[in-house]
Amino acid sequence: MKKGRKSAKQNHETLKISYLWAMKFGVVIFPGSNCDQDVIDVLSKTMNQEVVKLWHKDHDLQGCDFIMLPGGFSYGDYLRSGAIARFSPIMQEVIQHANRGGYVMGICNGFQILTEAGLLPGALLRNQEQKFLCKNVYVKPQTTSLLATQLLDTNKAYKIPVAHGEGRFYTDADTLKKIQDNDQVMFRYCSHDGIIAPEFDCNGSLDNIAGITNEGRNVFGMMPHPERAADADLGNTDGKAIFESLLAGVLA
Amino acid sequence: MKFTAEIDVMPKKELLDPQGKAVMLGLEHLGLNTVQDVRVGKHITLQLEAENEAEAKGKVEDACKKLLANLIMESYRFELHQN
Repeated sequence: MKKGRKSAKQNHETLKISYLWAMKFGVVIFPGSNCDQDVIDVLSKTMNQEVVKLWHKDHDLQGCDFIMLPGGFSYGDYLRSGAIARFSPIMQEVIQHANRGGYVMGICNGFQILTEAGLLPGALLRNQEQKFLCKNVYVKPQTTSLLATQLLDTNKAYKIPVAHGEGRFYTDADTLKKIQDNDQVMFRYCSHDGIIAPEFDCNGSLDNIAGITNEGRNVFGMMPHPERAADADLGNTDGKAIFESLLAGVLA
Repeated sequence: MKFTAEIDVMPKKELLDPQGKAVMLGLEHLGLNTVQDVRVGKHITLQLEAENEAEAKGKVEDACKKLLANLIMESYRFELHQN
């Protein structure tokens, strides 16, 4: 962060948008990651940011401000999605970074890793309909009080693809209530015209939840893949607004 | 002392188990219509060394809680045998 560090909480309280923001991004590569290059492309080419690759066996975050955990099948999804990646050497540094208030975002398998690591509440279970889902879905932002969603329109349904077998968000009732009460839901699955109802919940997630943040509001996880919807050449730029949000500035 | 732990990890009872549901459908197709419920979990065996049974038990508990089972969605139980 080139204009000084502030905790996510402070940023949340005193949000002003400035386009002077720039961050150094680190994209972690686990054995089996397969969306790492897509995220790197969007951040470096589309968003023009400094991006470094972080190998899972390393212990050095190389001074990155923002850590991205990409999608894929880390460690072959053995045992449970994300369970083994959570103990990778680099994850020990990522957990410390997050606990210091540093920004971390997990997409798909990255989200699964963040829940396994305890950085985000809940777990991602096997999809209700027993299928690997690979299709465009619609999600509706539930809050603009986050770095990752500040430029989004809470009345709009964003078309973003999902590609997962284990994306059914689940947590116990007390934790769910806490997530809801604390405004920690980032996205809910919805219809193309923004109606949030059980029939538009593609994988059976509790409360249509597609993405959440932590209590500190510096860790973000979502099952849909915005990096696959951030380039006009790919026919869909709905996901780009999320990356623009990350860079829209959070200085008071 | 050497021990073997036989660990079962199962999806929690209150949770839908789509894999179990799919297997049940397969069993129905096989003609086993009397099967009422199927749940699929994992069986894991660990070989480990410990000073005594209590220490071995502690190590297995640790392995289960921290990695082998996710207590949000799964439960576990194990048996410990001295080799």
